[in-house]
Amino acid sequence: MTSAVAAARPAEFAPWNDPAQTPLIRFENVTKRFGDFTAVDDVDLAIYRKEFFALLGPSGCGKTTLMRMLAGFETATEGRITIGDEDMAGIPPNRREVNMMFQSYALFPHLSVWDNIAFGLKRSDMAKDKIPDRVQEMLRLTRLEKFARRKPHQISGGQRQRVALARALAKAPKLLLLDEPLGALDAKLRQQTQFELMDIQEKTETTFVIVTHDQEEAMTVASRVAVMDNGKVIQVDTPARIYETPNSVYVADFIGDVNLIEGNATLKPDGLVRLAWAEGAPEIIATAGEGLTDGARASFVIRPEKVAISAERPEGRNNVVQGRIHDIAYLGNISTYHVELPGGQIMKAQTVNNRRQSRRGFTWDDEVWLSWTDTAGLVLAG
Amino acid sequence: MTIGRRALIGIPYLWLLLLFLVPFGIIFKISLSDITLAIPPYTPTLDLSEGWPGIRDFLRQLDFENYVFLTEDALYWKAYLSSLRIALVSTLLALCVGYPIAYGMARAAPEWRPTLMMLVILPFWTSFLIRVYAWIGILSTEGYLNQFLQWIGLIAEPLQIMNTPTAVYVGIVYTYLPFMILPIYATLERMDDSLLEAAEDLGCSRLSAFWIITFPLSRSGIIAGCFLVFIPAIGEFVIPSLLGGSGTLMIGKVLWEEFFSNRDWPVASAVAIILLLILVIPIILFQKTLEKNQEADA
Repeated sequence: MTSAVAAARPAEFAPWNDPAQTPLIRFENVTKRFGDFTAVDDVDLAIYRKEFFALLGPSGCGKTTLMRMLAGFETATEGRITIGDEDMAGIPPNRREVNMMFQSYALFPHLSVWDNIAFGLKRSDMAKDKIPDRVQEMLRLTRLEKFARRKPHQISGGQRQRVALARALAKAPKLLLLDEPLGALDAKLRQQTQFELMDIQEKTETTFVIVTHDQEEAMTVASRVAVMDNGKVIQVDTPARIYETPNSVYVADFIGDVNLIEGNATLKPDGLVRLAWAEGAPEIIATAGEGLTDGARASFVIRPEKVAISAERPEGRNNVVQGRIHDIAYLGNISTYHVELPGGQIMKAQTVNNRRQSRRGFTWDDEVWLSWTDTAGLVLAG
Repeated sequence: MTIGRRALIGIPYLWLLLLFLVPFGIIFKISLSDITLAIPPYTPTLDLSEGWPGIRDFLRQLDFENYVFLTEDALYWKAYLSSLRIALVSTLLALCVGYPIAYGMARAAPEWRPTLMMLVILPFWTSFLIRVYAWIGILSTEGYLNQFLQWIGLIAEPLQIMNTPTAVYVGIVYTYLPFMILPIYATLERMDDSLLEAAEDLGCSRLSAFWIITFPLSRSGIIAGCFLVFIPAIGEFVIPSLLGGSGTLMIGKVLWEEFFSNRDWPVASAVAIILLLILVIPIILFQKTLEKNQEADA
């Protein structure tokens, strides 16, 4: 029975590609101003059921405001927000089937873990005798059974985080909002908790919207990521597509490590681009990004791990440059070489240290060759 | 090093010994003495020149007569009870007035808070006696309050407020209000606003969130404020004698009259010792709750 289920590989979860699906949440031209300051600027967004959706951006980009509008703590200055086709305007937080896990956790200090989790249930129309079962279920889900009688100040930070999650999930909301949920945890615990969150999201089949400034966290947990800047949504896509096909220099630069080379683009008929970037240097051949026009000022973006480094000039590649090693960052699992090109530009190349104590291939001031394939990088407008 | 540290720890104990325990011992001794027409107006007095027999003789003359006397005259226990009642009612009134003020201060924009705090503390810059005196000008039959009420036509005849318990309540609540406001404000101000948002998010209305979250979390401030008002109010003497007239019976006033009008120092001392014993109970309770709160915070 179980093996049959395991054998049947589930269809890929991508409701955003299915025109028959209607989104659970819709932002339509939503703008939010605080006095002169525009926190959210004309945002259109659709989030589907069972999605784990991440709002990612630097602090002050409007991601938290966007989330607080879903919870009902802020109202949109312009535009419309619907949850399950219901217009949310004028509906207060206590009458929304939305629960939030706060960044500070906001656990009630005078109530026990049990009472914190039961808090929302006692204020719902759930029958009194059903409440203990539901609380017990939540305690089990978050592995907190042993701590039910403790007060929030008597448990660790990681346990508090799980109480906050259990409390927010107890009412089985249509939508769970998580405001920087792992921000207060240390790096190890954070990674572990990310997987727990994904597990719980899958088990409860709740739609999660998470706000974070940590791109690794967003990439790990989310089905889709919305990258925001200055109140605008720049790109909404799956983590892989955000990383591999960013639609703008901003997104490419914000997510992960990247080499940026500016130049003039010439579109070729085969869909590739030639970028003239320095006097006397061979033109870069790369894939054209979205909305690139011929002859425009453009930037070539390539991830360091897609740049190969070698002592000899490699054969059969269009993109080859020579340079001198300026710096080496040894991170244990990988090494990043900062290579100075003849024009003075620095290009980063990454290699995986897949052999223990192997002889280091390169050292400072070595002359090396950098190369990459035609499809390894993108040329983006701007 | 250790001597220096001991001396440092010793200073507050020395202070307590000199300014609390020694005077307390003297008062307690006087309360066990008998009244006499002399200077000082009680007997016996300790004369060390006669040596051991003198001390033994001195101790033999001390007795609890005055305490027995306090139980025989209804005036005293009535005064104690009336003081307790007035202090209790005043504390409740101060809480009802002080809590909304503290709440408003804690909810005000952060840049306004120091100013509001200043306004609460400002009356302390004027003498307490002058401020109580000023209330006579407001509350008397020809006072500003009656003039104002008659001017707007709410009353035809002036109200008798002076020399009634009402005037005493007004005086006590006015005087001790800052002691109620400040501790409550301190607990409300450090409360995390996201707790209220969380309560609302989980289905509470704003009003029920106040009763379920804000009010219990400000409990330590409420308890501190209540004790800070109750303890001085019970022994209050100036306010009942200036505003309460002869109609208000309070133990502080009885004490004053025993001491200055009757020149009966022994009975006055006995009254003071009993008052102290009554106050020790709430003071110990207050200490206990303080300790408990500190444990909870730690």
